[in-house]
Amino acid sequence: MRVDETTVRRIARLARIKISDEEAKGLEAELSGILNWVEQLDQVDTAAVEPMTRVVPIDLKRRTDVVTDGDIADDIVKNAPMVEDHFFVVPKVVE
Amino acid sequence: MSELTKLTIAEARDKLRKKDISATELTQAFVDAIDAANPSINAYVLPTPERALAQAKESDQRLKSGEARPLEGLPLGNKDLFCTVGVRTTACSKILDAFTPSYESTVGANLWNAGAVMLGKLNCDEFAMGSSNETSAFGPVVSPWRRNGKDGKPTADKLVPGGSSGGSSAAVAAGLCLAATATDTGGSIRQPAALTGTVGIKPTYGRCSRWGIVAFASSLDQAGPIAKTVRDAAIMLRAMASHDPKDSTSVETPVPDYEAALAQGIKGLRVGVPKEYRVEGMSKEIDKLWQDGIAWLKAAGATIHDISLPHTKYALPAYYIVAPAEASSNLARYDGVRYGLRVPGKDLIDTYENSRAAGFGKEVRRRILVGTYVLSAGYYDAYYLKAQKVRTLIKRDFDDAWKSVDLVLTPTTPSPAFAFGEKSGDPLAMYLEDIFTVTVNMAGLPGISVPAGLSAEGTPLGLQLIGKPFDEATLFRAAQAIEDAAGRFTVENRWWAADSAKPAAAKADTGNKKTKTGSKSK
Repeated sequence: MRVDETTVRRIARLARIKISDEEAKGLEAELSGILNWVEQLDQVDTAAVEPMTRVVPIDLKRRTDVVTDGDIADDIVKNAPMVEDHFFVVPKVVE
Repeated sequence: MSELTKLTIAEARDKLRKKDISATELTQAFVDAIDAANPSINAYVLPTPERALAQAKESDQRLKSGEARPLEGLPLGNKDLFCTVGVRTTACSKILDAFTPSYESTVGANLWNAGAVMLGKLNCDEFAMGSSNETSAFGPVVSPWRRNGKDGKPTADKLVPGGSSGGSSAAVAAGLCLAATATDTGGSIRQPAALTGTVGIKPTYGRCSRWGIVAFASSLDQAGPIAKTVRDAAIMLRAMASHDPKDSTSVETPVPDYEAALAQGIKGLRVGVPKEYRVEGMSKEIDKLWQDGIAWLKAAGATIHDISLPHTKYALPAYYIVAPAEASSNLARYDGVRYGLRVPGKDLIDTYENSRAAGFGKEVRRRILVGTYVLSAGYYDAYYLKAQKVRTLIKRDFDDAWKSVDLVLTPTTPSPAFAFGEKSGDPLAMYLEDIFTVTVNMAGLPGISVPAGLSAEGTPLGLQLIGKPFDEATLFRAAQAIEDAAGRFTVENRWWAADSAKPAAAKADTGNKKTKTGSKSK
């Protein structure tokens, strides 16, 4: 699979990572190289194979639906770059 | 350097119990060793000497009053992927900035509750993505090992300690902790252990809780120890492992006394040797190492069987779909809003994009983009689903093998330690470092790397043993047989001492030494 510059820019946008023109060029080649290499998986016939969902066959545990945690707002905002009271502050999103 | 830092966990534990030494004395020896070596080796990104000495003081009280816990007073290093309450945790990425958790990882809590002392946070590849520790935002770790030139004399080439747990492997090999925590997503415990002459075990997926460990690829990540000896690794894993309701993939099964299992020997064990690991262009010295391992296990009473794991060659490409896909999802949380680095932009999306561009290093960005691509609309089935199906086949290969063998023996790495920059220009060349280790993660199995010899350059090489799910005990028994036969491999050329101290006279004989120690029976 050949990844072109438009595709690189599209996935960078999806991943929310800003890339420069120069980086986009380099990534075209690098991502194409990696994707070409993983395409050797096409040699494997997987028509009748189930995808793996867990390596150890255990059932997920269930617990009673009750509150087990809370009242830690101070802890939660403690590491935020910008905070007002117990709110995370971000640039305005609604005009 | 102090003789105390040369002790194994088992030896230090005995000396503490017999009151030959105090925990404070032992901890101080490591604090001094870190001070002297870290400027050269860069194994620690954050030493925590005050906390260590406070913990040691408490240990001394407990040792005195006869309330010693299993790891009482034993100083350890903690990979910076493990969250530590009140102590900066960065995953060696700029994006976490000065993140200071208000919680402790379950594995860490298990160790400190068992009495262990934390010396500090260890360097690693950024978000554990790398095989050389060159992607760390804190700079690379320098291996304490040096390779010899063609003339047989030591060179000054800076070698990598492996990765991603390169701070852990280097610190253990250089005597900057008794043992260290580490994590392994595709080989990040076993490959650095192999390149530094240390023992590293990645337990079965679900054996150790992943809670409080910065996530890379959640279906592959496992914690485990890097230690000086097989016995030490056994002691560490028993303390680290537990069932944890906070990690729904952690498995509720008893944790055996691995150390006690060591005495059982390996008489009658069936060891499989998979032909698919004899890869094209395998060097003669790796092949010889493998043959040595076969001979040692045979001599210790095991039987050797040729086996086939036909889908081995597809494990690495499948891994490089699954791991980036899961990483792109896990790393979506770093948005510059709730914690970590923020680089303001003209609006919210611009802020996200700026923060993530500035905060993530090159390899991490590359993997997020690959992961985003393979999960994007129209490609999910062709890549991610395909890789998960191949994964089923890889696991099936092992399930078939377990019908005729109890464990599998392979080399850990295709080559010995390389120098800085030798592989960092080409992502695919670096990815091939994991060719022998990655199958184990894909199948969720336990794997251990044991030092088994030295390369022509005088640097360590390791053998890998792969076991059945939750059968780490058998791995430790077989690893002990290899260690008994091969001896231990320790760094004798402590060049960093000369780097840090007064202009000391250069030592004439700087060769690396192999010592035959044998197992200590208790």
